[in-house]
Amino acid sequence: MRVPLSWLREYAAVPADATAEDVMAELVKVGLEEEDVHRPTDDLSGPIVVGQVLSLVKEPQSNGKTINWCSVRVVPEGSDHTLTGDGIDPSGVQGIVCGAHNFVEGDKVVVTLPGAVLPGDFRIGPRTTYGHVSAGMIASVRELGIGEDHDGILVLSTLGLDPEVGTDAMELLGLYDEAAEINVTPDRGYCFSLRGVAREYAHATGTAFTDPAAAVVVPPARGEGYPVRLDDGAPVYGVPGCDRFVARTVRGVDPTRPTPPWMSARLRLAGIRSISLVVDISNYVMLELGQPLHFYDLDRLSGEIVVRRAAEGETLRTLDDRVRTLDAGDLLITDASGPIGIAGVMGGASTEVTDGTRNVLIESAHFDDVSIGRSRRRHKLPSEASKRFERGVDWHVADIAAQRAVDLLLELSGGTVDDAVTDVGRAPEPRVIELAADFPERLIGREFSDEQITGTLTDLGATVERVDGAERGYRVTAPSWRSDLATREDLTEEIIRLLGYDTIPSSLPVAPPGRGLTRVQQQRRRLLNALAAAGLTEVLSYPFVGARANTVFGSPEEGAAVPSVKLANPLSAELGFLRRSVLPGLVELAKRNQSRGFRDLALFEAGAVFLPGDTLGTGSIPPLGIKPDDAVLDALYAGIPDQPQMVAGLFTGHEVAPSAGVPPRAWDWADAVDIVQFMAQVTGVDVVVRQGSHQAFHPGRTAEFSLRSGELLGFAGELHPKVIAAEDLPARTVAFEVDTDVLFDAAADVIVARPLSTYPAATQDVALVVDSAVVAGDVLEALREGAGELLEEVSLFDVYTGQGIEEGRKSLAFALRFRAPDRTLTADEASAARDTAVAVAAARFGAVQR
Amino acid sequence: MSETPEHPGSGASGSDAPDAGVPDPLDPASVAAAVDAALADIAAAADLDGLKAARIAHSGEKSPLSLANRGIGSLPKEQKSAAGKNIGPARGRINQALAARTTELEAERDARILVEEAVDVTAAPRRRRTGACHPLSTLQERVSDVFVGMGWEIAEGPELESEWFNFDALNFKPDHPAREMQDTFFVEPPEAHLVLRTHTSPVQVRSMLERELPIYVLCPGKVFRTDELDATHTPVFHQFEGLAIDKGLTMADLVGTLEHFTQQLFGDDAKVRLRPNYFPFTEPSAELDIWHPGAKGGPRWIEWGGCGMVNPNVLRATGIDPEVYSGFAFGMGIERALMFRNEVGDMRDMIEGDVRFSEHFGMEI
Repeated sequence: MRVPLSWLREYAAVPADATAEDVMAELVKVGLEEEDVHRPTDDLSGPIVVGQVLSLVKEPQSNGKTINWCSVRVVPEGSDHTLTGDGIDPSGVQGIVCGAHNFVEGDKVVVTLPGAVLPGDFRIGPRTTYGHVSAGMIASVRELGIGEDHDGILVLSTLGLDPEVGTDAMELLGLYDEAAEINVTPDRGYCFSLRGVAREYAHATGTAFTDPAAAVVVPPARGEGYPVRLDDGAPVYGVPGCDRFVARTVRGVDPTRPTPPWMSARLRLAGIRSISLVVDISNYVMLELGQPLHFYDLDRLSGEIVVRRAAEGETLRTLDDRVRTLDAGDLLITDASGPIGIAGVMGGASTEVTDGTRNVLIESAHFDDVSIGRSRRRHKLPSEASKRFERGVDWHVADIAAQRAVDLLLELSGGTVDDAVTDVGRAPEPRVIELAADFPERLIGREFSDEQITGTLTDLGATVERVDGAERGYRVTAPSWRSDLATREDLTEEIIRLLGYDTIPSSLPVAPPGRGLTRVQQQRRRLLNALAAAGLTEVLSYPFVGARANTVFGSPEEGAAVPSVKLANPLSAELGFLRRSVLPGLVELAKRNQSRGFRDLALFEAGAVFLPGDTLGTGSIPPLGIKPDDAVLDALYAGIPDQPQMVAGLFTGHEVAPSAGVPPRAWDWADAVDIVQFMAQVTGVDVVVRQGSHQAFHPGRTAEFSLRSGELLGFAGELHPKVIAAEDLPARTVAFEVDTDVLFDAAADVIVARPLSTYPAATQDVALVVDSAVVAGDVLEALREGAGELLEEVSLFDVYTGQGIEEGRKSLAFALRFRAPDRTLTADEASAARDTAVAVAAARFGAVQR
Repeated sequence: MSETPEHPGSGASGSDAPDAGVPDPLDPASVAAAVDAALADIAAAADLDGLKAARIAHSGEKSPLSLANRGIGSLPKEQKSAAGKNIGPARGRINQALAARTTELEAERDARILVEEAVDVTAAPRRRRTGACHPLSTLQERVSDVFVGMGWEIAEGPELESEWFNFDALNFKPDHPAREMQDTFFVEPPEAHLVLRTHTSPVQVRSMLERELPIYVLCPGKVFRTDELDATHTPVFHQFEGLAIDKGLTMADLVGTLEHFTQQLFGDDAKVRLRPNYFPFTEPSAELDIWHPGAKGGPRWIEWGGCGMVNPNVLRATGIDPEVYSGFAFGMGIERALMFRNEVGDMRDMIEGDVRFSEHFGMEI
């Protein structure tokens, strides 16, 4: 909402020297947000005066144009010359070259004299052109920044003006005014009017407020006005779509008369373009009183106006000349011809006021906010009217606004008003709110005197009635323009808002003893810190992915169904889904880093993935303000897709950039496998690694991690060359992704210590020859199982193929370390344990000891 | 330096008559000459190898004085004592000199080795890779810790939510313009009523449904709005919201809690200021400004979030009796905090994943 200061001053005591910034600072105190300042003089300055064209000589030029060489009087003849400066002629008559032709000798025009600055930092000075010294410019509305019309210069008589020569044209055109733009929260519809903002300004400053509605005199209605019937067959939430319709008839108007500059200047500052006198009046009244109006050409109406819901298949050509198919939920204004407007949203073309209109019907109605909001959304037709109706318009201002429009029409466009007035509908019951005397204190934590409570509420426009006795308090009738006030909390907010939030004291409540971070929260912190300490860099990508990314990364198995959550309104069509894997995001971030010259990367991200199951959401949602029963709540919970937390990482290039004294080492598949082992160890979880298969990973270089229970944990290894090529990643990019919900859940609550034997260890090395296809991890597992309790550790220390090993076989060398808890092992004991270990490996994989 | 050649005939048995170089044990002058020769050689030894040669030559088994000493045995008994007094101290002096010179030369050698082993420490390669936490994560942890220290708990919930948790339970009427202010990402089909949460308030709703009263929880997490990415907006960002539900909580308690918290994060001089605002889920509602003493360009008020007293309709939606309990709630953006606390000028730096951004912070904030 933009608030022209000159307008605000009519209703509130704004100091004469106050700027838009000062006004905003006051309004912010009562909860309006500052947005911007609009001040024409920021890029426009004089001298800009009214001039009269004394003579005009048409001079054809060699370029085919004809220019006018004009003498323009800018100082009244015989009066003192107050204008001075370079290029100002002491005679009071300026010689000006002008290319426009829409004026004649004698016309009064706007002259920008040397020294003036126009929007766009256009500085006016004497300049030589077409063989003359042109000392100034005759301005168009566009050059002055007050309109779009550039066809010709502004001839003041077209605005109905005949000012004295030398008059300050900036004053005349309202260009010294300025506007404060404020943001209005959705509960304060009344602040979309000068009436509402002025009231708030008065609250903020503790000064007087003059209600513009009170200045309008509505004469008593005589006779029946234009026939109007309210007939809503399908009220929303039981609320009729229209509960008041005021109609006034004005005959013999001249809609072609110009809008006076004071009005168009205020509209312009308020952000509304001047269109025609009739439209401007309707907008002006709306801005002043908050009541949207609609004007019909009375002679194009046929029969009774009925306000009703649309019938299936009805259409309407709206003012923007588009044919709209109406929805059964749309509230319509209709006459015998059919729909003539979508109530509160947009009028129809067939009854529009045109230059030829002589008789008008003014509609000033009150519509239901929900109904208007739905039509506006349905037809994507946000308008100044719908904005106000959706946020609540004062029911009681409808007839006042209609009268104000009548008054302005009669004054500015001529004509006469019919005595008969249409005013149908029923006033809503006034809202009466019980406020216990101690409630404000209980909610705010400071004392309030009886006077503070009644005083602030009365200032708001409420009626306050004291209630004595056991239920001491107040019975408060909310003002009609405050549809947002319905509860004791609402009233309490108003009281403290007017007294000032800065009067709220400070006290620190003591929470009951807390339990600290949950186990999972602690685990996650430790794990992420460990990854960072291990040299990985945390990044945060968006969870939006394309369908392909989910197909490739979102499921191990190629061709499997990959149910994904699809967004109804994604930011871009290419990223229309929620991720099933964190890796696509990391791929994008890796590429961005590559493009910025960072090739040696180890990225990780922790975040949720979205795995929709069989049920997606719920067909309906319970109403607000009531706790749903358990079955409904359970359904809500059940409809929300699984969102496990993952940790994923991606490595490209080298572990450490090549530098003096350090040979470069490229990341490889083993780093990805190792980091998952590391994560398991940090978390204290025993994991099983085996050859894995995942469509996004290299078929021969992928490890699958699971718990001992068999539950899948994740994958690690080299990305599939196809994926690397498709994503344009560096060759041999490696990655991992682990479900940390599963990982953390598998960690023991209490890790039981192992007794440390201090007896010497006995080490035994074995080299086992197996088929190439046998994986080391399986052999190692067999050795561990076979070696029995004396085994402390077994590790793979060499893999050998070549001379001495037959084709298709390989030699795996393991170091086994044995130790007994209670004695020094003999060599024989250690050898015996080794032999049983080898025997299991032999039985399981045909391993032969070398 | 060179090896001192062995005496001629030194390879032969020592029982032979002393040769010409062997001093006469009874002749102090010849003993002294041998000592002088030894001391001269010892002093002249330039290094430990040279000293070893001198040791062999003058103190070894076949050195003149050793041989002379051995010769004492064959002297007449009455001469033995005098001979011993000549030879013994002489040998002692030589051994002493050897020991002293050894210490000297070893020290020299050690010092030389240390000099030779010197390295250019400024050329030390970086062997350990530098990792980092994202500063948003670190700041989120830091904020959480302040509240945990106050006895609050950290509550979490899903990012993809039922509309009921995100809106209706929070007193957003189905057709109210406030619902549109949230710029919500909806999920297909819209009839499923699923949204990406526009704030972490649904976690508050879950807390009220699931936790025992009283409740003091902080809900940090990722939230979503359909804003295009620019220097000050991102469609995915992080918030933390606090919720306290207890008997007798007032707006003064809200102010006190916010003051305490901001002072932990921005120093003892930090202050809070509330301005009236509107949210469906709180009444009264306020905009929260903080006085940031360390702000770039000087201390000033900074708009940070929203807060208020929990709307009774929210309590009712979660089965809490508003006649018995009251509560307050607040919510702030973590990106915004990072912008004004750590002087991040462009929101995009936080989300574009440029490793320089995280790595600059290390694991601190």
